[in-house]
Amino acid sequence: MNDLLGVVDWSRAQFALTAMYHWLFVPLTIGLSLIVAVMESIYVRTGLPKWKGITKFWMTLFGINFACGVATGLILEFEFGTNWSNYSWFVGDIFGAPLAIEGIVAFFMEATFVAVMFFGWNRVSKRFHLTATWLTAVGVSLSALWILVANAWMQNPVGMKFDPAQMRNVMDNFWEVAFNPVPVNKFFHAVFSGWCLAGVFVISVSCWLLWRRRNIDVAKSSLKIGSWVGFAGILLTLMTGHGSAVEVSRVQPMKLAAMEGLYRGSVGQDIVGFGILKSESERTDEDPMLFSIDIPKGLSYLIYADGEHFVPGIRDLIDGFALNEDGDTVNTVSYAERIALGTKSREALARYGAAMQSGDTEAASAAAQDIEENFKYFGYSYLSSPEAAIPPVGMTFYSFHIMVFAGGFLLLLFIVMLFVSYRKTSVLEKAWLHWLGIISIAIVWICSQAGWIVAEVGRQPWVIQDLMPTSAAISDIPGSSVQITFWIFAAIFTGLLIAEISIMLRYISSASKEDIANPTH
Amino acid sequence: MSGFISKAISMYVDGFKSMTVGKKLWLIIFAKIVIFFLVLKLFFFPDILSVNYDTDEQRADAVRSALTAPTFQTTKTH
Repeated sequence: MNDLLGVVDWSRAQFALTAMYHWLFVPLTIGLSLIVAVMESIYVRTGLPKWKGITKFWMTLFGINFACGVATGLILEFEFGTNWSNYSWFVGDIFGAPLAIEGIVAFFMEATFVAVMFFGWNRVSKRFHLTATWLTAVGVSLSALWILVANAWMQNPVGMKFDPAQMRNVMDNFWEVAFNPVPVNKFFHAVFSGWCLAGVFVISVSCWLLWRRRNIDVAKSSLKIGSWVGFAGILLTLMTGHGSAVEVSRVQPMKLAAMEGLYRGSVGQDIVGFGILKSESERTDEDPMLFSIDIPKGLSYLIYADGEHFVPGIRDLIDGFALNEDGDTVNTVSYAERIALGTKSREALARYGAAMQSGDTEAASAAAQDIEENFKYFGYSYLSSPEAAIPPVGMTFYSFHIMVFAGGFLLLLFIVMLFVSYRKTSVLEKAWLHWLGIISIAIVWICSQAGWIVAEVGRQPWVIQDLMPTSAAISDIPGSSVQITFWIFAAIFTGLLIAEISIMLRYISSASKEDIANPTH
Repeated sequence: MSGFISKAISMYVDGFKSMTVGKKLWLIIFAKIVIFFLVLKLFFFPDILSVNYDTDEQRADAVRSALTAPTFQTTKTH
């Protein structure tokens, strides 16, 4: 463990790299599958051949993204076994079960219905084909559900019991894991954000067609669908984002405090509309912001629907302020005490191991009881000080605010696109509108990635909330080996991304020169 | 039943034959699977605990030793 820090940092960097690359493809798959299903529904309902051509055009783009993105998530599972073996063993079946369900759902639903989608035109009835398209859309979303159930368990570990003999957390209530309120919000937030992203993708490509004056009618029709799906998506994303923030305040209040750069909370806590944090060395608990524009009582109101509610900051949490089940702030166990209690639990685990080695079952049983007593603070034993429980505040704060600003921009974009599509169609000829649509594609992806940065960086130092910090989750392997695979992944995923973009651009360019509404095949 | 199966098979066969962009995409998927499973998984991503230990009991002992070792300590997260 000489280069523990190197292994931890490189493993984190590698996981972040692969997860972020994976998440470039996934939301587009989720959202575009819905848009294609909506377009095909219009075709089946109206019988207009134009809509068949439009559906096929976007379906091909869906296929390109699907092919480039499929299996990129497998890499994350490889990393669990190699870089994160302590973690993988410790979580055991709880993590394995949702991932196994995801694999089965993904394989059977997507593999079957995607084939009918692409190969079934003119071979199966219109309605059967449409059903397959909708089931593909449902299937890709369900895949995301199980991944998010696994992820959410790490953010809010429930439905399990730690077994010191197996050194694993054993699932004792599947439904508590599956219906943990964290994944429910997370799932809908992720899926609806995929609708937004795909909506912008469709708007962007449509604007390019308008700019190049090709397939104008297809572009205008697609623009409407993309804008409607995106508009519904952004409203629902805002709603579920709010739900997620409320959940975060309950299960990960430190993350919420980092999102707001809040060190000392107050009754009637303001929310930062726009702000710049002081550098880490200059930041104090009382005055962390260099500059900020605040909305009075905004955070108390948003989280608790009560403008006078107390919201704890980072320092308050370290000092032991927490929320009880009624949402009231109470003074409980400080982080210094948690470290002491966690250390008792960890020492008991060491005693348990020694007792098992020597065959002293009585001592092992007593140690097991001691482990259980303070197990909820087990992970704190790895923290050198209470301050080690503070996540990277700057990255969490800025990612959160970038996500919120980008989300606000997207809401306006969808409103503008709907307005010009229905009420001010002459604007559809304007180059500024085309370029607005085209460049928005970068903003939506930044927004999407920023959301995951908030979720994952904001929960540091925990890989499993309160139970296991990232540094303890790591395997005993040299940092240099992780560095090598980091660069291999960087090369492979960049290659895949270049392949996807170039195949897509070439397809859009060549298809746009033909009559998309009346395809020859 | 056999009619349904033969129709389904011919749908796949004809579908694969008439692919345009799809051929390139299958090539990408195939290359990915080969690289992921035959190169990365085989040479770079062994399951550490499965490779180093023979039984679950040994794996549990190894994880217990690692997690109770005093060297683990988080001082910073960034």
